[in-house]
Amino acid sequence: MHIHAYEKLWLAASVLLILFLLGSVTYGAVGPGVAMVSDSEPAIDAGALDEDDRFSEPRVEQVGENEYAAYVVARQFGFQPDPIVVPANSTVTFYVTSADVIHGFEVAGTNANTMVVPGEVSEITVETDGPAEYGIVCNEYCGAAHHAMEGKLEVVSQSAYEERASGGDGE
Amino acid sequence: MSEAIEGDRTFADKFPEEARVVRAALLGSFLALTLGAVFGIIQTLHRTGVFRGLISSTDYYTSLTAHGVFLALSFTTFFLVGLFTWAVVRSLDRPVIDIRITWTWYGLMAAGMTMTGISILAGFVNELDMSADVLFTFYAPLQAHPMFYAGLAVFIVGSWIAGADYFRTWLAWKRENPDERIPLQTFMVLTTMAMWYIASSAVAASVLIFLLPWSLGLIDQVNPTLTRTLFWFFGHPVVYFWLMPAYLLWYTVLPKIAGGRLFSDPLARVVFVLFLLLSTPVGIHHQYLDPGIAEGFKFISMTNTMFLLLPSLLTAFTVVASVEYGARQRGGTGLLGWLTDLPWRDPAFTGMMLAGLMFAAGGFSGMVNAGMNINYMIHNTIWVPGHFHLTVGTAVALTFMAATYWLWPQITNKPIYSRAIGLVQVVVWFVGMALMSNAMHAQGILGVPRRTAEPEYSGFDYPTMFGGFEELNIQIAIGGTLLFVSTVLFIGNLVLTMGNPKISGLAEELPPALSGPDDAPRVLDNLRLWVGIAVTLVVLAYALPLAAIINRGGLLGPGVGTFPVWLTPVLDALANGAAAVVGGVVDASASLAEVVG
Repeated sequence: MHIHAYEKLWLAASVLLILFLLGSVTYGAVGPGVAMVSDSEPAIDAGALDEDDRFSEPRVEQVGENEYAAYVVARQFGFQPDPIVVPANSTVTFYVTSADVIHGFEVAGTNANTMVVPGEVSEITVETDGPAEYGIVCNEYCGAAHHAMEGKLEVVSQSAYEERASGGDGE
Repeated sequence: MSEAIEGDRTFADKFPEEARVVRAALLGSFLALTLGAVFGIIQTLHRTGVFRGLISSTDYYTSLTAHGVFLALSFTTFFLVGLFTWAVVRSLDRPVIDIRITWTWYGLMAAGMTMTGISILAGFVNELDMSADVLFTFYAPLQAHPMFYAGLAVFIVGSWIAGADYFRTWLAWKRENPDERIPLQTFMVLTTMAMWYIASSAVAASVLIFLLPWSLGLIDQVNPTLTRTLFWFFGHPVVYFWLMPAYLLWYTVLPKIAGGRLFSDPLARVVFVLFLLLSTPVGIHHQYLDPGIAEGFKFISMTNTMFLLLPSLLTAFTVVASVEYGARQRGGTGLLGWLTDLPWRDPAFTGMMLAGLMFAAGGFSGMVNAGMNINYMIHNTIWVPGHFHLTVGTAVALTFMAATYWLWPQITNKPIYSRAIGLVQVVVWFVGMALMSNAMHAQGILGVPRRTAEPEYSGFDYPTMFGGFEELNIQIAIGGTLLFVSTVLFIGNLVLTMGNPKISGLAEELPPALSGPDDAPRVLDNLRLWVGIAVTLVVLAYALPLAAIINRGGLLGPGVGTFPVWLTPVLDALANGAAAVVGGVVDASASLAEVVG
């Protein structure tokens, strides 16, 4: 079959573009270590979150030196805890699950973003910068008041965080 | 070549029975377009906060479901079956085997879409205990009225019979012409329908095995990740199902309108084979952010997705080369000077070219969507609707409208009422979409979510880049309004065209390709082989993920509840529903009989 010389060139350039795109994602995964939402967490009973160690009391807790875990429950139409308070310049891993339908969990304007599916736990790890406030939005339609479903992420200084934690509520 | 012997008789002259079906399908498509556009303008003004007086924010989701289903399923698929019926009959130069079968699938598709449509629109009427505010993706455990799912199933079965109709007509032609190559348009139709059978099998299984029995109360719960995965098994190839008719028009009609002919028939076949092979084993790329699916499966899906760029990049080359050939035939010269020798005053030509240009832009934002890591920035933000309003909303929709200016006279013997209005219409669409889509992409990067009635929040403000949230809202509202105006111009022009008298001399024949089918290796026409490979790739891409999902959550879900967005005893609703369907079908068929006859 006859293929025009220009068309061969175009074809070669197209294949190079595709390989470049695949290469860039692969590099992102193995180089800087961009981790994806995956099946890392076992399935969970969405109807029995009350009895679950992590999700019966949604909270932030310290799990290592400068490492924190945030256990978050999404439900029609809000997030718990609200606000989520984490210290600045730390590593925070969010564990997010749903008590009812499919939701989204997106820290607006950042790449901290995941689907939240009942029966599953989404795990995403982020590095926080300096103190700031971010909005959290549910970005998957979840019912009649979906547009009212929002939360807040407060990144506070280490000292402010410790003050709050010793203040007793830990959230 | 069948292309050469059309003479000066139009399709309507040669195949009046088939032309009636094509007209009916296109009119069904344009009815859906009209409804979809009405919801579109309501949403664009509501969402941006320009005008929220018409519907409540809760009804916004009813509107959004209607906009998605009527445009993405009904407008596209009815146009497709009309176009494909025309393409098969025209390129084989023989009638369908049995016109009653053709009307049967048309009737089933119309009945199915009427059922689904009624279940959605009932959501606006508080007195009716029926609704289906589940959006186009109907993710469980949000639950719609059973009629929503039942209608979808009937609609899909209708489309399967349409595919069988095309295959049987081709087989009959093959017996009459044992040694001939499959004509190009028929080849495109058959590969597209083969892809459709593979893709729609999953959503049909999801609806019939899980969602419909669940909505009827026969089973208590479903596995939300499983039904979601089965949806996207169908949900990505369906975008190529929308796109393939546009490609058929770009390959076989656009070069003719440009004054030339298709550059290469063999490469056109290669492109359609690639779509058959690669369209389906990619759906998991819509689930990059899903928990419960291993990263490796997502990576495989991304690899397949990136290779799916190849047939579209090849198409860009071939279409531009064919148009350039046309321009040079018309006397065009120079490196780019030939561009001025194209029929820019022809709305069919300009519309399809602008659609192709926007498709290129949509391709670039699609690469961002497809990249597993950068996808996190824009997943489920309004960037994504910004992307697909370039692809299905322009590459497909604008091509369909533009092609109608060329095709409608062929199937009716009536000249278009005003080609000038047509030209304005396609340009207004382009400008409107440029504004709306660009602003949607920009808002997406700010983190503004899609699918929400009120994207402004009480607790925080969006960061400011590329202009702020408010300014971009105005762009979206202006763009969306222009799109609505464009749709009104299109429908108005078409209605006035229907009032034109029939005349003769409208016939246009399609010339064969520069490099014809004899240059194409025979193996390209071996549909069994390609379908076999396509099925194998799907099994490779999906067997393990589906097994893992069922293993994790169970076939019927990990203790997940049911969240009906309609609240009524099932039997009452079914009784009401049945009455409404009967009424709706009678009305629809009566009005259809009027316009078709």
